[in-house]
Amino acid sequence: MTAYIIRRVLQAAIVLVLVTMAIFLVMHLLPGDPVLLYVSQEELATAISEEELAHLYHKFGLDKPLTEQYVDWIWGVVHGDLGDSIFWGTTVRDEISRALPISLYLGLMAFALGIIIGIPAGVVCAVRRGRWMDTVVTFFANIGICAPIFWVGILMIYLFGLYLGWLPIQGYTSPFDNFSLSIRQAVMPVICLAFMGLAGNTRQTRSSMLEVIQQDYIRTAWSKGLREHTIVMRHALKNGIIPVVTLAGMHIPRIFGGQVLVETIFSIPGMGRLAVDALFSYDYAVVQGTVLVIATIVVLCNLIVDISYGWLNPRVRFQ
Amino acid sequence: MSEKDVKGAEFLEIAPRVSWFKRFRRVFFSRGVVVFGLVVIVALVVAAIFAPVIAPYGPYEQHLDNILAQPDLQHLLGTDSLGRDTLSRVIFGTRPSLLVGLVAITIAAGIGMSLGLIAGYFGGTIYAIIMRLVDTLMSIPMILLALTLAIVLGGGLRNIIIALGVSMIPPYARVMCGQALSIKENDYIIAAHAIGGSNRHVMLRHLAPNCFPPLIVLMTMQIGGAILAESSLSFLGIGISPPAAAWGAMVNDGYRYLLTNPVLSFAPGVAIMLVVFAFNMVGDGLRDALDPRLRGVI
Repeated sequence: MTAYIIRRVLQAAIVLVLVTMAIFLVMHLLPGDPVLLYVSQEELATAISEEELAHLYHKFGLDKPLTEQYVDWIWGVVHGDLGDSIFWGTTVRDEISRALPISLYLGLMAFALGIIIGIPAGVVCAVRRGRWMDTVVTFFANIGICAPIFWVGILMIYLFGLYLGWLPIQGYTSPFDNFSLSIRQAVMPVICLAFMGLAGNTRQTRSSMLEVIQQDYIRTAWSKGLREHTIVMRHALKNGIIPVVTLAGMHIPRIFGGQVLVETIFSIPGMGRLAVDALFSYDYAVVQGTVLVIATIVVLCNLIVDISYGWLNPRVRFQ
Repeated sequence: MSEKDVKGAEFLEIAPRVSWFKRFRRVFFSRGVVVFGLVVIVALVVAAIFAPVIAPYGPYEQHLDNILAQPDLQHLLGTDSLGRDTLSRVIFGTRPSLLVGLVAITIAAGIGMSLGLIAGYFGGTIYAIIMRLVDTLMSIPMILLALTLAIVLGGGLRNIIIALGVSMIPPYARVMCGQALSIKENDYIIAAHAIGGSNRHVMLRHLAPNCFPPLIVLMTMQIGGAILAESSLSFLGIGISPPAAAWGAMVNDGYRYLLTNPVLSFAPGVAIMLVVFAFNMVGDGLRDALDPRLRGVI
């Protein structure tokens, strides 16, 4: 088990180094000049001289060779300095430390919702296979994984925000400032983010529970005269849940991806919105920073999922 | 030997005679939703090809005397802020959606499956290198990766296809690699080596064809995923350049008139959902018909 953990940690470290290289190269090698874009927005009226332009390139370190820029960036990252934003004049670290808690707050709630509702729904479907409840829930789960979340968001804004007037349609408030408003504002974005995970967890739990329920040891449990509740919760769910753990881990990047859309629709100043704004203004330092932070979280979560999976299922340790 | 035994033997012989195709057809068409999905896909392909014939108006045709019209007999789904017929634009929107879905998946599957096959076949260092590269792609959320690539490349149909094609590589590489790893242990692969088959020959002639069934299912389902991702990108404002009709951008355009003309956002959204649902269901049906053991894996 120790060897397995060490191997997985090393792999995760290699992947993170590759992520830094990939995002750096994508932002620097492909066409597009952040300084020119910045200048064209800031100094629309006045023409800019060659020296001033050179000064700007120098200020952001863009006049150095690419490898040197990469080493500088990595050196900063290791020391907790992610560089400066070209557009907002702030440090990337400040932007991310402002945006990340918001995204984590919403993302964790969405993740929890997907598990709290998705797994029991899947269990009920498997146990009552073919009954009306299974049909209804499976139908909604099948639709749920197809619905574009930006569109679900708009539907909810129309129904709950504009038509019924129950919920605020946009914005974010910290739960420490105004708890009830914060929760009311979070309801729709969280449901949107949870949508895909919820549907996926339900489908996966249903199909893996159906497989487990047909096993011999479940028949043995029935013939021992155990109650249905005990059989489902103690015997079937324990084994049926293993594939769901992997799937739930795979939903973490999806939630971050979903935040790109959801935070745009609901005007929430989180990581997704930060990444989109930075991308559209070609603020490469902010893009590199946000992508790196998100990728680090995803890699760490995958590491935890893999290690717990190795613990649940000893066979994978030797692959 | 009694007559009964002979009959039993006949029965045993008849059973496997049901051809592969017949069984495939029976399982595939046994579920209503799968048939529904297939019908939807056929209808969409027809709509995409014959869009100019089917659509009541042109996608760019403006009726400036009748902007933001409510649905009526003249404009079944109303008109947008530029007086363009929503129904016609939804019908023309099938073209970029299907095109992006099919081509992006072909690129992703082509690259991903080649990488997976090589990694699974050779193993060792090659496996480690390829799989770490795939992990790298996977650690960035798909939409964020596609958005980054699309913006850096500069939007437009071709660049969206490239961005999505690259972002969707990981699942193909992983599934193909898993398949290759387990199938290469079979005796016929060893036999193919023993009679002097080269690596290339064994890989392409013997290994790859046997890896395909789950990948066909994955591809079918992922076409829906690619269409969904394309609509998300065009919703965010990077995609097929306006005024061309793209469903995601139409949802976004209609967003501003949600209170007065909700149908502007609803109609293209329903179209996206219907397409993705159709491809998912047909994928489900294919999986059940090709290999029921894959249930839950894909």
